[in-house]
Amino acid sequence: MNVKKQFWDGLITQNPVLVQLLGMCPTLAITTSLFNGLGMGLSVLIILTCANVVISALRKIIPNKVRIACYIVVIASFVTMVDLLLKAFVPALSKSLGLFIPLIVVNCIILGRAEGFASKNGIGASALDGIFQGFGNMVALTIMCVIREFLGAGTFGGGLLNGGKGIQILPPDTVALGMILPVGGFLTLGVVIAAVQYFMNKPKKTKEVAK
Amino acid sequence: MPASIASLLSIALGAVLVNNFVLSQFLGICPFMGVSKKVDTALGMGMAVIFVMGVASAVNWPINKFILERQYGGGGTLEFLQTVTFILVIASLVQFVEMFLQKSVPSLYEALGVYLPLITTNCAVLGVVLQNTQKGYTFAESLTYGIGGGIGFLVAIVLFASVRERMEFGKCPKSFEGFPIALVAASLIALAFMGFSGLKVW
Repeated sequence: MNVKKQFWDGLITQNPVLVQLLGMCPTLAITTSLFNGLGMGLSVLIILTCANVVISALRKIIPNKVRIACYIVVIASFVTMVDLLLKAFVPALSKSLGLFIPLIVVNCIILGRAEGFASKNGIGASALDGIFQGFGNMVALTIMCVIREFLGAGTFGGGLLNGGKGIQILPPDTVALGMILPVGGFLTLGVVIAAVQYFMNKPKKTKEVAK
Repeated sequence: MPASIASLLSIALGAVLVNNFVLSQFLGICPFMGVSKKVDTALGMGMAVIFVMGVASAVNWPINKFILERQYGGGGTLEFLQTVTFILVIASLVQFVEMFLQKSVPSLYEALGVYLPLITTNCAVLGVVLQNTQKGYTFAESLTYGIGGGIGFLVAIVLFASVRERMEFGKCPKSFEGFPIALVAASLIALAFMGFSGLKVW
């Protein structure tokens, strides 16, 4: 496995959210401010990396028939740890992500990577895979957050910059409140994925012409 | 505290329309997007989800109440084990339901097919159980919330599947084909469901 390819796979060509279409629920639900997006992205990155390492280390011990249940137990333990740590050290984040922290257990990105990568590869490669895929997820969440926050609240960096209020860019009475409601979530993700498909298809065509 | 019929009805109505699990709480998006290409399969998935959400609420309530929230010696509780316990119970429940249906109601088993095992990773199921404990619902309220949430999921996925069946025949820009245009359609359905947000009957 080559590290550079793994990195680009995680970030763009096999981005867990924008290309593999995994982990839709948190992507839509919590991307209303930059603080939420980065917090969720980091939590998933840590859990994914730890779970990948443990599952990869145990891959020869876990019987094939009960593997999914075993993976879920490993993932759930790490999620509980992160949940408790966030409650203790970053209560603001824990409060604003709420239900979606325990729900990382059923985030398909983590189970998907456990089944698709960690159960077949060594510990080092699995750790790198966790970091890169987690990073790709974080980038996708951040893009969603920036767009929705800008259009829906007119701010940048909400919860993080300027004492938690974020930097006001648009005047508050011109914003489209719908963008931070569920409607805007579906719409933004649709448009972002369409943009990714557009750019992914483009370079291939020029290459074909060059041949 | 005995739950009155009115409060139960209000919880059920809230779960089906006002706080619809899929369209306003974003739970269970994966099956919502994945299994909604045809109305028939969407209907099967919805039915299975109602059943599993109802049973999961009913089974997890006593486990939470009598084992996890119980005061043990030294004054500690096991509440921090909620996530692990609930997901394990749901996973084994789904497995059990699958085996039971295979033996006793093979026709239903055939109809649900691959969707049954997928329900384990449906975050609506874990979500409803966690919400029940967070909101401190009684047994009857939990059961109502679980079944109501399942019905809400069924309504949303069937509506969405019928929209998607029509969409097959429409034209759209190439980059939007497939998943993105489906998300845009889901956004319009969510917009329609926002209209319920002011609904308060009881």
